[in-house]
Amino acid sequence: MLDAITTLFAPGHALGLLALSPPGWGGTLVTGLIATMEIAFGAYAVGLAIGICGAFGKLYGGEVTRDLFALYTTVVRAVPELVEILFLYYAVPSIVNEILLNAGFGRIAMPPLLVGTIVLGVVLGAYMTEVLRGAILAVPHGQIEAARAYGMSSLLLARRITFPQMMSNAIPGMANLWLNCTKDTALLAVIGFSELTLNTKQAAGTTKAYFLFFVAAMVIYMCISMISGRFFAVLERWARRGQRKIERGGI
Amino acid sequence: MIPAFLRPMMKTHRLVMLAIALIVVGACAYYLDWSWVPTYWNSGLILEGLWTTIWLLVLSWAIGLFLAVWLGLAQAAGPWWLALPAKGYCSVIRGTPLLLQLWMLYYGLGSLFPQFPWIRHSELWPILRQAWPYAALTLTLSFAGYEGEVMRGAFLGVPHGQLECARAFGMSRFTILRRIWLPQAIQRALPTLGGETVLQLKATPLVATISVIDIYQVSDRIRHDTFIVYEPLILLALVYMAITGIIVLIFRGLERRLPSKVA
Repeated sequence: MLDAITTLFAPGHALGLLALSPPGWGGTLVTGLIATMEIAFGAYAVGLAIGICGAFGKLYGGEVTRDLFALYTTVVRAVPELVEILFLYYAVPSIVNEILLNAGFGRIAMPPLLVGTIVLGVVLGAYMTEVLRGAILAVPHGQIEAARAYGMSSLLLARRITFPQMMSNAIPGMANLWLNCTKDTALLAVIGFSELTLNTKQAAGTTKAYFLFFVAAMVIYMCISMISGRFFAVLERWARRGQRKIERGGI
Repeated sequence: MIPAFLRPMMKTHRLVMLAIALIVVGACAYYLDWSWVPTYWNSGLILEGLWTTIWLLVLSWAIGLFLAVWLGLAQAAGPWWLALPAKGYCSVIRGTPLLLQLWMLYYGLGSLFPQFPWIRHSELWPILRQAWPYAALTLTLSFAGYEGEVMRGAFLGVPHGQLECARAFGMSRFTILRRIWLPQAIQRALPTLGGETVLQLKATPLVATISVIDIYQVSDRIRHDTFIVYEPLILLALVYMAITGIIVLIFRGLERRLPSKVA
């Protein structure tokens, strides 16, 4: 069995081009996959942070804060991600360098990984704001009023009352955003960042085995989405613990 | 008297923000370099790109939605040997990046077709040699995959009594679909469809990576020709925002035309 698999990946055999060591291009795909996952995790963390600030700012902030966040979410969601990524890819390093120069430091060359993470995170943050805002709005109002009546500070209220109850509403939307995030990393290929899609294209272009490599990359992306789908299903079951189940035909 | 649609703007902070926005826009118009606009407008490149983006969007929307109805129907009411492939198709389309699908069809099929002499000598070859058929095909298949899932939910959401009633009237299965099931499913899916149409618009610039001259490719070309970094991108973003606004308005109009009370 193991022998059969080894011969399958040997040079000259059916999947020989996908072998991990140099005659095959599997190693290139794995490097790309790692870069993709690094960007996706980083961008999701940045997006989550922006989303939490945005959601609370949009609901409980002053009038100016609310309007500014509304402007941010509207503009980011109306313009194609590719255009935003291209724009921010030039803008973020030049803004950072401008700040550094003004503060009396020298210029730095920002690593593309960092820029890509920030750029995708800023884009994701707009969508996250809307998902979390909807989830917070779905928390019964009486719960929050009762917590206020108990004299909880707003931070304690958010931690003890709002967060646990909004999670079950937020997780389906957050799962969608995570899948979008992993797929949006492919857009960085357009600006020449070597993640999975660009590495696949290079491998395919060099070996001329287009379908083999593109199908292999599709399988990898499908694996990511299926594994994370399972993970989010477990997470949602955990977040819904203690809630009454909706029986079949309950509607 | 202030007209009703302006009344939300009549707050101090909004007026201040509006003033700041006007100053920013004015500064952009004055300080940034817009000298390239007349050149490319007169050469027709901007309009050509805009036209390509719009017809790609409309074509992939229409054919994609047609396919999606059948994909949704197969999943909602079909036998398992239709439901399973439809579900698998939707999962694959939704689970992989559009860019990957686009490159796979363009480079993959593009390297496969020339190997067959009968394709190379056929009447279609001058068309198949260009990039836009692959762009249109990928966008259509992608939209069908995403909307197939939406239509499945919409078909299942139509109240069962409606279908039973239609059957009691003696309608054939196709008539039920045409008169009762499909119209009510579309009506339920309409708000989602509006959002998905905007997403589809935002997917179109990817076709620039396979050398289709859409509005994104035009701005790219201007940036390469003139070495201006930001201005073409700003104009591009404004164009996309304008198209998004038009799509939102169209769907708002559609939703208002249909009776909104759903049992």
